[in-house]
Amino acid sequence: MIAPWPCPGGDEFAAVIDRERRYRLLIVPPLFEEMNRTRRLLVGTMRALDSHGIDSFLPDLPGTNESLQAFESQSLHSWRTAMARAARHFAATHVLALRGGVLVFPNALPGWVVEPVAGASLLRQLLRAGVIAAREAGEHVDSATLLETGRSEGIRLAGYACGPALIAGLDSARPLDEGQREIRQSELGGAALWLRAEPGDDPAQAARLAAIIAAGIAA
Amino acid sequence: MNEDSDAALRDVLGQVLGLNAVRVAALTPATPLLGALPELDSMAIATLFGALEDRFAVLFDDSEVTGETLATYGTLLALVRGKRRA
Repeated sequence: MIAPWPCPGGDEFAAVIDRERRYRLLIVPPLFEEMNRTRRLLVGTMRALDSHGIDSFLPDLPGTNESLQAFESQSLHSWRTAMARAARHFAATHVLALRGGVLVFPNALPGWVVEPVAGASLLRQLLRAGVIAAREAGEHVDSATLLETGRSEGIRLAGYACGPALIAGLDSARPLDEGQREIRQSELGGAALWLRAEPGDDPAQAARLAAIIAAGIAA
Repeated sequence: MNEDSDAALRDVLGQVLGLNAVRVAALTPATPLLGALPELDSMAIATLFGALEDRFAVLFDDSEVTGETLATYGTLLALVRGKRRA
């Protein structure tokens, strides 16, 4: 089900499975297109966690999904603040962060990170998408020029209106994991869904991810 | 770094484009990519090169991501092999 939670800047929504159980997992999704590509995997993981007796909460990052906030006002800092707030609101006992979510997750909680990625790698891909899209439109720009524009006034890349603070944050952000267990794609089996151009689903991966978490929580 | 370029490129392309094992195995040097695969839009191309950079620990310049290098499976494989030798 979908539940609201109080966030700086206005209420946000989260997909939640809450039966007021002992273990409560906050899920911080990947950023940008990778978020859409992994949505079904994460919702499937929540259902599988439910059958393991674990509650879970997948909040929207402000400016994404059902959020009413403007994407261009967001930064890694605002997402970090929001995820910490969501963790408190839902009384999370553990956290799971994937890919770029590891740049903004509440790292004081025990838990898991899946294939963490540096902000610079995500930014590089966004800039490259911007260069290719401009070229298709008959314009010639390079990544360095786009980055400069992004830093000074913000820039729309791959459909995302990135403000200067988000660009600056991505440029330097490193994964924040601190003692959480790292899960590699090879442990989940199958193809990495965050790479797939057309959002897909893989129930076996969701089941495997939930099983790793359930075994770790009980340990 | 000893990983076979051909096998690894097939694997990454298969993941980005959601190709099954049969379609991955059917890729030949002449298989057209850009323009032949509707999934291969600007974001997918950016994702593909990002995944290749991670996989091979190399960096591609803007000038290497072109219609020519993405024309066929063979041209893309040549780019990857050249990059790994460099």
